[in-house]
Amino acid sequence: MPKDRSEKVRVTIDGRSIDAEKGKSILEVARECGIEIPSLCYHPGLESFGACRLCVVEITKPGWEGWKKLVTSCLYPVEEELIIDTRSEEVRENRSVVLDLLLARVPESDVIRQLAAEYGIHDTSYTKREDADTCIMCTICVRVCDAIGANAIATLSRGPDKYVDVPDKDACIGCLACALSCPTNAIPFEEFVNGKRKIWGREFDLVYDEISHEPIGTPEQIDHFAEKSGLPKEYFLKSDKVRKKETAVTFARVQF
Amino acid sequence: MSAALSFKNPEALLAYAEKVKKYRQQRTMEIRVCAGPGCIARGGREIFSAIKATIEKNKKELKKKNLEVGVKFEAKCTGCHGLCEAGPVVTFEPSKLFYSKVKIKDAEEIVEKTVLNDEIIKRLLFKSCDSRGGDLIKKYTDIRFYALQTKVALRNVGVVDPSNLDDFIAEDGFKAFVKALTEMSPDDVIEEIEKSGLRGRGGAGFSTGKKWRSAKRVKQDRVWIICNGDEGDPGAFMDRAIMEGDPYSVIEGLLIGAYALGATDGFIYVRHEYPLAVKHLQMAINTLEKAGLLGKNILGTGMTFNLKISRGGGAFVCGESSALMRSLEGKVGEPRAKYIRSVEKGLLDQPTVLNNVETFTCVPAIIDKGSSWFASIGPKSSTGTKAFSLVGKVKNTGLVEVPMGRTLREIIFDIGGGIIDDRPFKAVQTGGPSGGCLPVDKLDLPVDFDTLSRAGAMMGSGGMIVMDDRTCMVDIADYFIRFLIGESCGKCVPCREGLRQVHELLDRIIRGDGELDDLKKIDRLCHTMEVASLCALGKSAPYPVTSTIKYFRDEYMAHIEEKKCPAGVCKSLVKYDINKDCIGCLICKKQCPVDAISGENKKLHVIDQDKCIVCGICYEVCPVDTVDIISGGEIVNRRELEVVNP
Repeated sequence: MPKDRSEKVRVTIDGRSIDAEKGKSILEVARECGIEIPSLCYHPGLESFGACRLCVVEITKPGWEGWKKLVTSCLYPVEEELIIDTRSEEVRENRSVVLDLLLARVPESDVIRQLAAEYGIHDTSYTKREDADTCIMCTICVRVCDAIGANAIATLSRGPDKYVDVPDKDACIGCLACALSCPTNAIPFEEFVNGKRKIWGREFDLVYDEISHEPIGTPEQIDHFAEKSGLPKEYFLKSDKVRKKETAVTFARVQF
Repeated sequence: MSAALSFKNPEALLAYAEKVKKYRQQRTMEIRVCAGPGCIARGGREIFSAIKATIEKNKKELKKKNLEVGVKFEAKCTGCHGLCEAGPVVTFEPSKLFYSKVKIKDAEEIVEKTVLNDEIIKRLLFKSCDSRGGDLIKKYTDIRFYALQTKVALRNVGVVDPSNLDDFIAEDGFKAFVKALTEMSPDDVIEEIEKSGLRGRGGAGFSTGKKWRSAKRVKQDRVWIICNGDEGDPGAFMDRAIMEGDPYSVIEGLLIGAYALGATDGFIYVRHEYPLAVKHLQMAINTLEKAGLLGKNILGTGMTFNLKISRGGGAFVCGESSALMRSLEGKVGEPRAKYIRSVEKGLLDQPTVLNNVETFTCVPAIIDKGSSWFASIGPKSSTGTKAFSLVGKVKNTGLVEVPMGRTLREIIFDIGGGIIDDRPFKAVQTGGPSGGCLPVDKLDLPVDFDTLSRAGAMMGSGGMIVMDDRTCMVDIADYFIRFLIGESCGKCVPCREGLRQVHELLDRIIRGDGELDDLKKIDRLCHTMEVASLCALGKSAPYPVTSTIKYFRDEYMAHIEEKKCPAGVCKSLVKYDINKDCIGCLICKKQCPVDAISGENKKLHVIDQDKCIVCGICYEVCPVDTVDIISGGEIVNRRELEVVNP
């Protein structure tokens, strides 16, 4: 076992005493211990954003004389002596209002309907948005696209009118990372319509593996990944299945 | 004096200041033409040009009267004089003569009569709005609006020509900076600011000295200093007046801050809608770079400070510190959670001190006159003075500065002169869209950071909107919510979705479709917005709603239960009717845009309710006030006028 050199802080989550790694957020620490905190805009591969406000928890400290504070667990770093309540009445109340608001925004989203039902909300108490899609403006798509380096997706306008779009269609590489990481499946795409992929109103050709004839991705996507990673383009021209098979053959050769 | 100034050391600057002051002692008369935003709109600049042209024409005459132009006599264009209601304003020094509502055609008469012959033009004198009656007032020091003010942040606004460095130096400009540089250590400066009790004038009221000290404690090579000039509250123009009218004081404050913090780079973030502020600040920066007061080796001391202006993109939320810094970095101006403070990790994740324009302007005054002088003004917990923009249904609209701790009544009734047409006072909205509305029984509250917060309003940046009995509080709450809908960045759910739903609920009440349950829904929503929003904009967004529900609940109830708008504002709940006292003058009939009024000369006129669009023009134009506003079956425009003027 490698020795754990990271600095630890002692926190209490829902009555459980936990040695947490300093620098981590409350959300990360809680999930590592199997304590579930709901979230929508959090993505483990991206910097915390703090927009959905669903992961709120209540914190206090022994010196605070009973004073409590509602914080966003995905952003708040664990501190020594922190006492965290992930299920208090105040936490549930604010999560309920947030879910009720989201349900009014995206009444057709199954994900939000299910989450809201867990908080006893079956129909929104507010005015439903007309012609609603299922986008909740968590901006995971924008941030994933930025992390990949294509930087094609952006938020436009502001306030309640804010929306997500691809302002420059040519910047999109058709990699599907946005659509596949969307928590509410709000980004529609189509595959294999006449051998093409359709997303963000644009049609992409698909590259197929020469051996297995499986689709790998779009030419733009392959070029982009090859350039970003510095690996030879050939590496990206194989499907996962073919690559696994080749690896197995290599290992077989090494063993015997 | 010479245009290309350059100071090699602090002594050279002080010596030059002496020279300028001595030269200016010969001056026996000065005309100051106001070029604040209000006066410019009414032709202030053109008036100045006309006066200049007339002076040029009468140069010989003036010399004969011992008023040699440029030596004994000068006319200049200054920043805002404050009393916007009386604009365009022209004042005279040292006589303190005050001319109001000046027109371009008055220019010649002013020079010929007042300058050359000491003759006062009576029609240009200010008429007092004191209840005692319309006395003509000659000196501005005798006008209550001015007499009751104490100017610290606005000390040079309306006094100096903002484009003239000599003018600023003659008013002891850079004296405080030289004092800090030559007599004080950086820590001395921070201690002095901390002892003065100066709290941030931008809204939150955090101790400036403490902020500087915490930034200094962070072990980092670089610290940034930023001036927040993104003043966006509706009806607020204090920072605008300072940046436009006294840019050098803002920069001197930044220089002292940079010296104290060891900052080598700074920004002034100015909102897009203030082009004149940008122009004047840029002129000042250019002049100071040449003069050896900005850039490398300032006054030969080795200090480096580069100052740049950054223009905001027109987003209200960019006045919020973390959004402002994102915007400066070239990213989308969205706030981020502040569990790590910007004094530790701000611009480019480096320690950053961000202060408001007014705060920086107070700094040189504190260094010059000492922290105990500043601390002696106002109550202990909120020291110094505060500038307010007094707008709405108040007689003397304009820019005022008073010691902290003055009551709302003093500001609105003594300085502001009371309510227009002496109607009843209903509420005052302080702190912009994030503030709250305070009713008549809160008029005697002292205005300081803590008292206003406790009352459910806030000091904010200093906007003060006065409302009379014809203002509907539900409508006002909805106005601020609509403003915030347009300005919310849309990042977090409680603010983005919450504002939309609060507006929907208020709109239902305004339309007469409100139910009692809606008030409960609003309460619940407002609570979540307050505790769960990401930044201060969202957290304080419900205040206009919660404060009006708290203090004007009966008005909400009237809308909901009686379907009545007591102020006669909400169109769906109001109709107009002409009563039997109508003299049949046909004026309303002619003015009605939809021909809804019938009637003949000298006969009673009638409004066709099916055609009427409730625009209120008939009510405004009726010469004998026979148009009634009816809501909930009652006439609502003819209640007793009990004036709450002391």
